Amino acid sequence: MPYYPHTKADIAHMLAAIGVGSLEELVKVPDNVTLREPLDIVPALAEVDITRRFEHFAKKNAGVDYVSFLGGGSYRHYAPPAIMSLAMRGEFLTSYTPYQAEVSQGYLQAIYEWQTYICLLTGLDIANASVYDGATALAEAAIMAINANGRKRVLVSRAINPNYLQVLKTYCDGLDLQLDELPIAPDGTTDLSDLHARLATKEYACVAIQSPNFFGNVDVPAPEIAASIGASGTVLIGVVAEALALAALQTPASWGAQIVAGEAQSFGVAVAYGGPYVGFIAASKEHMRRIPGRLVGKTLDNAGNDAFVLTLQAREQHIRRERATSNICTNQAHCALIATMYLAFLGKTGLRDVASANLKRSRELATRVSSIEGCTLAFQAPFFNEVAVDVHQPAKEVLAKLQARGILGGIDLGRFYPEFSNHILMTATELTTSADIEALCTALKEVVNVPARV
Amino acid sequence: MSRLASDHTATPVIFELGQEGRANAYVDPGDPLSDFLPANLLRDELPLPDNSELDVVRHFTRLSQRTFGIDLGFYPLGSCTMKYNPRVNDAMANLPGLRDLHPWTPDELAQGALQIMWELEHSLCSLFGMAAFSLNPAAGAHAELAALLIAKKYFRERGEIARDKVIVPDTAHGTNPASAAMCGFKVISLKSDERGRVSVDELKKAIGPDTAVCMMTNPNTLGLFEDHIREIAQAVHAVGGLMYYDGANANALMGNARPGDMGFDLMHLNLHKTFTIPHGGGGAGHGPVGVAKHLVEYLPTPYVVAAKRSNGDPKTAPSDQLAFRLDFDRPKSIGPMRSFWSNFAHAVRALAYIYANGAEGLTKVSQLAVLNANYIRVNVRDFLETPYDEICRHEFVASAQELKKATGVKALDIAKALLDRGFMAPTMYFPLIVPECLMIEPTETESKETLDQFISALREIVEEAKTNPQSILDAPINTVVGRLDETRAARQPDLRWEASS
Repeated sequence: MPYYPHTKADIAHMLAAIGVGSLEELVKVPDNVTLREPLDIVPALAEVDITRRFEHFAKKNAGVDYVSFLGGGSYRHYAPPAIMSLAMRGEFLTSYTPYQAEVSQGYLQAIYEWQTYICLLTGLDIANASVYDGATALAEAAIMAINANGRKRVLVSRAINPNYLQVLKTYCDGLDLQLDELPIAPDGTTDLSDLHARLATKEYACVAIQSPNFFGNVDVPAPEIAASIGASGTVLIGVVAEALALAALQTPASWGAQIVAGEAQSFGVAVAYGGPYVGFIAASKEHMRRIPGRLVGKTLDNAGNDAFVLTLQAREQHIRRERATSNICTNQAHCALIATMYLAFLGKTGLRDVASANLKRSRELATRVSSIEGCTLAFQAPFFNEVAVDVHQPAKEVLAKLQARGILGGIDLGRFYPEFSNHILMTATELTTSADIEALCTALKEVVNVPARV
Repeated sequence: MSRLASDHTATPVIFELGQEGRANAYVDPGDPLSDFLPANLLRDELPLPDNSELDVVRHFTRLSQRTFGIDLGFYPLGSCTMKYNPRVNDAMANLPGLRDLHPWTPDELAQGALQIMWELEHSLCSLFGMAAFSLNPAAGAHAELAALLIAKKYFRERGEIARDKVIVPDTAHGTNPASAAMCGFKVISLKSDERGRVSVDELKKAIGPDTAVCMMTNPNTLGLFEDHIREIAQAVHAVGGLMYYDGANANALMGNARPGDMGFDLMHLNLHKTFTIPHGGGGAGHGPVGVAKHLVEYLPTPYVVAAKRSNGDPKTAPSDQLAFRLDFDRPKSIGPMRSFWSNFAHAVRALAYIYANGAEGLTKVSQLAVLNANYIRVNVRDFLETPYDEICRHEFVASAQELKKATGVKALDIAKALLDRGFMAPTMYFPLIVPECLMIEPTETESKETLDQFISALREIVEEAKTNPQSILDAPINTVVGRLDETRAARQPDLRWEASS
């Protein structure tokens, strides 16, 4: 069922116009690179059989039907159906990067609105049109800081989402930058006790702290620490993996972040086994010409009408090539559009209601689980919608037993932190029901009392 | 100047709509946030507008009406491969069993998703002659960065740290030099010869023991096949360098020639170009990175691996007899490029497209993409210069240099006049070596009738430029706004709405 409209007569006519005898002759390449072996590709399927095949794949993803407490950088939230019906409109879905502003005013305006929403949520002055995801946002934010002060070391909290830290390490290896970590304090926040000594070296381009951090804990530096970071010439980067928290918590700008790197998947973007998601970067005005990726600005047309256009393109790779601020070309415009729609539908009241429901459900989860013998909360810090539970035996084994009972109990923290191999990261959102929590607790009671195998 | 088209679809920015007390009821009204968190951790205000659902629906519907997409008309955008995006692909990506699968789901409960990724990878390996692909990078430029990180690590492990130069032809996409710079490589630009190709002699002068990678696209951005590609690859390999293939132009090659057979060691694909993933206004894309055998261990993590299942049913598809898992434990890997495993929803779309075509269909896709490009080329050369007048691949470049000299009408003006006639503009002023360049790529999904209409529009514009140039210089006039004051946008940046603006 091929997607080309050519009739035999069309092909014959066009070949004649070109003056070539056949399609094979038209595409001929030198003998030494001509493909000779048959391609190992499944035979073409009719559309009805394509849908059967993918329904078969979907059925093999049994995890979709499990009671789930998974989070850790990807969050299940309710998305009003109105979003998809609008986002799937062909004008949005099938347009290119809006270089031709005169025929792209709608999309440009939507991205301008996205930039504004991100500024309002983070408290910062400017935001870009999106980057790939939260992890790459952090990497690009670190590069912004390096370009701002010329220093070559990057300092990060160990309580940042481990996936983000690994990606940052990939980028730092490429740029020959040294990456150092701040440890985790007993209360599950970043241990800032040796920060002063580190800042005094004047070697750090930036220090990155995530709040809520990977354990779900609110993790913001005290005002005097934020002030000393600023005074030392180091850029404070705030990291946000659960953007919904921005609806409830103090803005990163208010706790001193000059750049915010985040992930907005929570705003209506499907979990979709990890992508596509939508990263964002917001910053104070001084970083405007260092921000990577597209920026939409408002200007006038030749008749004096308000109009939108891609601007400050002199930062970008298609103009500046190897001297660009970043190599980013494609961003995540359509996911940013979905997030913009989500924010527009929910509004201030709806967003606060969702945040409140997340807080309520996660507290219900924490209270119920910690009342089970053998389960305790790992940390005392205030948390958003995720909580680390110490099960006092290998988390991996407990999770396997929960899985056998139809429950995805959370993430084994031992996967990233050897010292937390008895800890499970559990997430509750507005989609988590009391019945889900009840099922988890019933199962936990059955499995945690079984002595751990050595 | 008045606009010919009605501007009825204009809508104020969302922040100027809305009223206090107009909230929707998507979740239960919650308890006060201060019931759950100490007040000093909470923000004071959340200055977002509350709107009725209908107002928001109208707002975004109006914005869509002010946006041009493939679904509205022809998009002859060179190197961007704007082809029809089949709707079945979207329907498959939105199946609840795929859309709602959490990335931390244990492998044994995500076998369908892993099988999709594995099948896609193996189809791409066969189509492009690579040993392996990683679906990890999010877009083409991101995969370029991954490939250069692989090269850097490969040379570092071999102790060849002096290899710090990347060779990039002057026709290359801007992402090539930008990605090289992000890995700390020095960029050496290579001048094209009079045939619009890399000169083997010039290349040999540029390479040496400090050469890390030579980045090329084939066909190149002039739409020309680099017919000496084997010699080029041999020369680069002879000095110990690696060959990188920029897959932006892969739509010209399928079933006919493969980068792996040309001697490329590394490559990326833009699945959102060749494999019909919608561009969505500039993303999300999907950019797998492919490697030859000697570089497989360096691919980003995680990587999907398969093992034979003991109870496989021999009557089902070969991949149905395998068990899949995500392998994170790859000691030589450059590490992950992004938070999670892939732009999975787009892997679904790309595989659905491969299913719809099969090997024969994909071969036909490339043949017809080349046919369409050549058909336009032989028709426009009557009225525009075509500086490289030979059989092209999936795209070609025309130049308005003579027209500009004669009438003052530039490539940009032609592009704007095309907007008035219902067509998207071609890529302009790229590659940089062709003055007043118009880079045209029709793709195989356009019919002869559409191509004929486009050729007529272009001819009409050029003829009008000769008789009434001002009318072209004034274009576009049928669009909702006229030409933009870009200088003002850059000098007085207004990047967000503010209550006072």
